[in-house]
Amino acid sequence: MLHLDHLSLTQDGFTVTANWHLPAGSRLALLGPSGAGKSTLLMGLAGFVAPSAGRILWQGRDMAALTPAQRPVSILFQDQNLFPHLSVAQNLGLAINPRLRLNASDLARVESVLDRLGLQGLGARAPANLSGGQLGRAALGRVLLQARPLLLLDEPFAALGPALKADLLGLVADLAAEAGTTVILVTHDPADARRFAGGVALVHDGVADAPVATDAIFANPPPALRDYLG
Amino acid sequence: MANRSFAISAGALAGGIAALVLGTALALAVQAKGGALRPADWAALRFTLTQAALSTLLSCLLALPVARALARSRFFGRRALILLMGAPFLLPVIVAVLGLVSLYGRSGVLNQTLEALGLPTITIYGLHGVVLAHVFFNLPLATRMLLNGWQSIPAERFCLAQTLGLPSTFRHIERPMLAAVMPGVALAIFLVCLTSFVVALTLGGGPAATTLELAIYQALRFDFDPGHAALLAGVQFIICAVAVTLAARFTLPEGLGLGVDRAQFGQRAHWVDAPVLVLAALFLLLPLVAVVADGAPALLHLPDLVWAAALRSALMAIAAAFLSVTAALILVQAKVAGAAWVEGAAMVPLATSGLVLGTGLFLLTRSVASPETLALPVTFLVNAMMALPFLFRLLLPQARDLHRNYDRLAQTLGLSGAARLRWLTLPRLARPLGMGAGLAAALSMGDLGVVALFAGQDQATLPLVVQRLSGAYRMDQAAAAALVLVACSFALFALCDIGGRRAAS
Repeated sequence: MLHLDHLSLTQDGFTVTANWHLPAGSRLALLGPSGAGKSTLLMGLAGFVAPSAGRILWQGRDMAALTPAQRPVSILFQDQNLFPHLSVAQNLGLAINPRLRLNASDLARVESVLDRLGLQGLGARAPANLSGGQLGRAALGRVLLQARPLLLLDEPFAALGPALKADLLGLVADLAAEAGTTVILVTHDPADARRFAGGVALVHDGVADAPVATDAIFANPPPALRDYLG
Repeated sequence: MANRSFAISAGALAGGIAALVLGTALALAVQAKGGALRPADWAALRFTLTQAALSTLLSCLLALPVARALARSRFFGRRALILLMGAPFLLPVIVAVLGLVSLYGRSGVLNQTLEALGLPTITIYGLHGVVLAHVFFNLPLATRMLLNGWQSIPAERFCLAQTLGLPSTFRHIERPMLAAVMPGVALAIFLVCLTSFVVALTLGGGPAATTLELAIYQALRFDFDPGHAALLAGVQFIICAVAVTLAARFTLPEGLGLGVDRAQFGQRAHWVDAPVLVLAALFLLLPLVAVVADGAPALLHLPDLVWAAALRSALMAIAAAFLSVTAALILVQAKVAGAAWVEGAAMVPLATSGLVLGTGLFLLTRSVASPETLALPVTFLVNAMMALPFLFRLLLPQARDLHRNYDRLAQTLGLSGAARLRWLTLPRLARPLGMGAGLAAALSMGDLGVVALFAGQDQATLPLVVQRLSGAYRMDQAAAAALVLVACSFALFALCDIGGRRAAS
């Protein structure tokens, strides 16, 4: 379980607060307008912004002392998820060994993930030679190899067309269900939240509300969500 | 842990650089205690400031039409011309001076032509010669910096001005850019001219045309008066420090005008651009052509000491480039990671000059070892230090991009220490690192400053050999050795730059 215990995060003078639980294996959408604090919350979970108050606990353990690499967290950013000077396979290999000292078994794991994501034969390519959809899949491949129980998505597919975005979010949902991964998706698109998440936490004016079931929140939107949806 | 140890090494390095510069300044202050400036020193101070101001003014004024013409013209050879604008930065000063003398000297092409026409001849020695040489070096520098400013103006503004039918783009588009960029350009050039030594050594001299740097050299080399040299070096240090402090108020250009070879969309060429560009190209090219023409015939008859000096200089240049690039990389990484204060350490060598630093080191070490023994190590250290500010500014934009785009990803993957250096930092910064190493190597290869103070026959670098050959009126050999020198400088730059580009791709 993820527990945000009276959490307060401050970045560049802006503060976002949260105080709620999220059961392990859930898929949550952080929904709200730009500048509301969604990404700041995600950066706090990933370990890039230290809490100014409160705690972040995963399975009862405080994550404060853990570096981003030590956290049970993998993350996909809005862009720059792959190093452009490394091949696709090397990018995936970093998830197994940051020194890229990969043995035959490691390389086989990379190949297997590439196959599974429909990227067979593309391991030697540079990211610049992949399509937008393939880039998204390759980044997901790295997340798969990291095999962390908590996956944070900071609108990683926002630049893709609607069909491709739906396809990739569907893939994330399938993979997360299979591995029991908890996923938190930052989005400002209500359609993404409806399609992908079992729960929605509305983020507005620096407050991340407690998660509410997706169907319920859209059936009876609170004032802040009504304002946002217009 | 890795971050902590990196922060400690960056702090130690920054502290070491600051200690070296400020320590030498302190040594100069102690040594100069009680001394007073003589009338000749005041004259040197006046000449230093006058020539620097005139050189800056002329370089900036002449660069304006050249940069503007380059910004709005598209023609075959534009890239080559912009590349040529970078050449004087790599060109050893002594070589350029030989080229200028060959054209404008007593028996140069210009005077021969004037004589043939029955007109009075001119002399290149004195204030106007010093200024001419400084304009030769700094006109291209100013042009590249201003061109960078022109190309930073969004093309849409020029298009908008055309659709609005504005009579001139200068007032609303170009003047604001120049107001922002020109002070930084002028101060950068003023600083370069303040610390110019070789130009004054070769084209100046005498009571009317002696700079402070030349006076320091004379006090140490001919008068054997370290106290007086220290006093002069202290004055030079104060002037440079004041100029650098002023420069810090303006944005000094980053990246050394990389990417200025792209033609800009949205501006219309003017008929005056073509003659401006032709004149600028001739002004820059002719001295280089003269060096090649003068040096080539004697190339096969050079004495062995030239080749030995070439090897010595090349090895020192490679070592200095390695040290400078390593230091710049450490400091720039610390800076983008949040340690803003390291920038001060990286830029502090600008507050001094190679000759001042060398004089201070000489005073600090003279009880330990003879000047000849320390000539090469001190030259190597000073060259590495003097290239540091340029390399820092060159690396900074891309290091910033690297940090902004990939630091978080690297952190989540646990990519740190040597692995981060190998798999992220070096590949992503390979291009500016290669270019920076090339610049540092070329600057070191062509440097004739501190080594002129201390070196005996066995420690002579190639620029010193060129200067000594020229001083002994063995002009054919001097020209040929200059050709070897320029070939070595450009080859070192090209090797490093191409290596960096290949590694980046």
